[in-house]
Amino acid sequence: MLKDVSFGQYYPVKSFVHNLDPRLKILFLIGYIVAIFLAKELLALGVAAAVLLLAVLFAHIPFGKVLRAVRGVLFLVLFTAVLNLFFHGGDAVYWDAPAVLWEWKIFRVTQAGIMFSVFLILRLFLLVICSSLLTYTTTPVSLTDGIESLLTPLKWIRFPVHELALIMSIALRFIPILMDETERIMNAQKARGAMLDSGGPAKRVKAIVPVLIPLLLSAFRRADELGDAMDARCYSGGKNRTKYKKLHFSWRDLFALVLLAALIAGIVVMRFFPVFPL
Amino acid sequence: MAKALEYRDVSFSYGEESAFRMEHLNFSVEEGEFVAVLGHNGSGKSTLARLANGLLVPDGGEVAVFGTTVTQKNLFDIRRQVGIVFQNPDSQAVASIVEDDVAFGAENVGLPREEIGERIEFALRAVGMEEYRTATVSRLSGGQKQRVAIAGVLALRPKIMILDESTAMLDPRGRREIVEVVKELNKREGITVLLITHFMEEALLCSRAVVMNRGEIVMQDTPEGIFRRGEELVTYNLALPRIGEICNRLRAGGMEVPYTLGVDALAEEIAKCVS
Repeated sequence: MLKDVSFGQYYPVKSFVHNLDPRLKILFLIGYIVAIFLAKELLALGVAAAVLLLAVLFAHIPFGKVLRAVRGVLFLVLFTAVLNLFFHGGDAVYWDAPAVLWEWKIFRVTQAGIMFSVFLILRLFLLVICSSLLTYTTTPVSLTDGIESLLTPLKWIRFPVHELALIMSIALRFIPILMDETERIMNAQKARGAMLDSGGPAKRVKAIVPVLIPLLLSAFRRADELGDAMDARCYSGGKNRTKYKKLHFSWRDLFALVLLAALIAGIVVMRFFPVFPL
Repeated sequence: MAKALEYRDVSFSYGEESAFRMEHLNFSVEEGEFVAVLGHNGSGKSTLARLANGLLVPDGGEVAVFGTTVTQKNLFDIRRQVGIVFQNPDSQAVASIVEDDVAFGAENVGLPREEIGERIEFALRAVGMEEYRTATVSRLSGGQKQRVAIAGVLALRPKIMILDESTAMLDPRGRREIVEVVKELNKREGITVLLITHFMEEALLCSRAVVMNRGEIVMQDTPEGIFRRGEELVTYNLALPRIGEICNRLRAGGMEVPYTLGVDALAEEIAKCVS
């Protein structure tokens, strides 16, 4: 049961997008999110969607995988959209019809409400697809490397960038180990008669305690052991330390950067100079 | 010439409440030696290991590595020379990918990138894991994880390597892998090895074996010499492996078989004696 949890969900194939510098991909995700929330017309969102579609194609990620990422948030997105549809209100007129299309007690479906809901759905879907594309195409290790590299300027204000990155990578490394451990402890407690999957919610939460305490204890013990192993291998913080793996910003990355920057800029510009003003 | 590792009159305890005491321990290891340290739980084997690279600091006396006394100030240099591989294969690796983990120590001492690359290659080849360079650590077997841990220590090019019960959590196959790798390192690279274990048969590969009990070194001999004194071992809560006992009985009956690691080897030896 715990084996199904695939953290980071890296999808291991070789592709153009997989080979891009992780820093570029992180920056692109941030820029992309800003752009889709600035976009005010459907055309801009359409362009953004097309770019993403192209990226998915270049990443050799099957569409089923992408849709699975969307499915996880489907209910949440539709729920918010429906809520907004009935309560958003507003009296903007977008097409040849009355501003308020339907009204009953406190429920009001307006043109503005419909537009808002459609935008909301599109934006959230694009956001989820774009972030899952990042985790599908980037290993957790290079993701932490990328974050470390992007945060490097913060060293100026004495922010412990190296330590933070090390903590992140150790956490990632211990996830599968602690998962195994949890399963082992759960089995051990079940063998002693613990009812972990039955009873009401309160009972189940209570049943977790005998799993959690041994898990915590073992995590602390492991932390001690890891600390010794790190000390024994001359660890003394980030000072005077070299890094074996360097991130390389290649011509490929430059090409992608220019292209993506242009697209994001285009979408932002369309906000202020709309092509098809609604 | 200075000894590779020398304990001079070392005393140590884990505080008042702890029953364990190490008092006035004297012990030394020559360069290039392959020494087994045997003892049951709580006999002080691990304490001995941790004193060697300053993870523990003696209450009295001193520990010297190639003539240099271990102090708080030279820990960094000492740890480059004395590598320790620990017991648990799952809680030693820092990184998720094999080569990143092997690189960790070399990165810590600030080596240039190209040299780290060379050292990773050297270390992984030495433990026979060169094909797993980009593999995920958590997917490896216990024996493979421990070989990666050895490689991680080797990347620092230590002169002394201590295996602190590194075989205890492995299956027999994994244990054999580790012991063979370490034996090779001792022979080919001339690395001084301290093999701490409670599996008696592993001592047979060593040039010298010491037995610890309650923080004291109670026996020091060749492995054969230790095996011959089977009854004495029992008083230190150690038992000869079955195969050692069989050898002793054969010897008592007048058949001079050498002590061997496995049943097949013993069968061959018996065949030789009989024919």
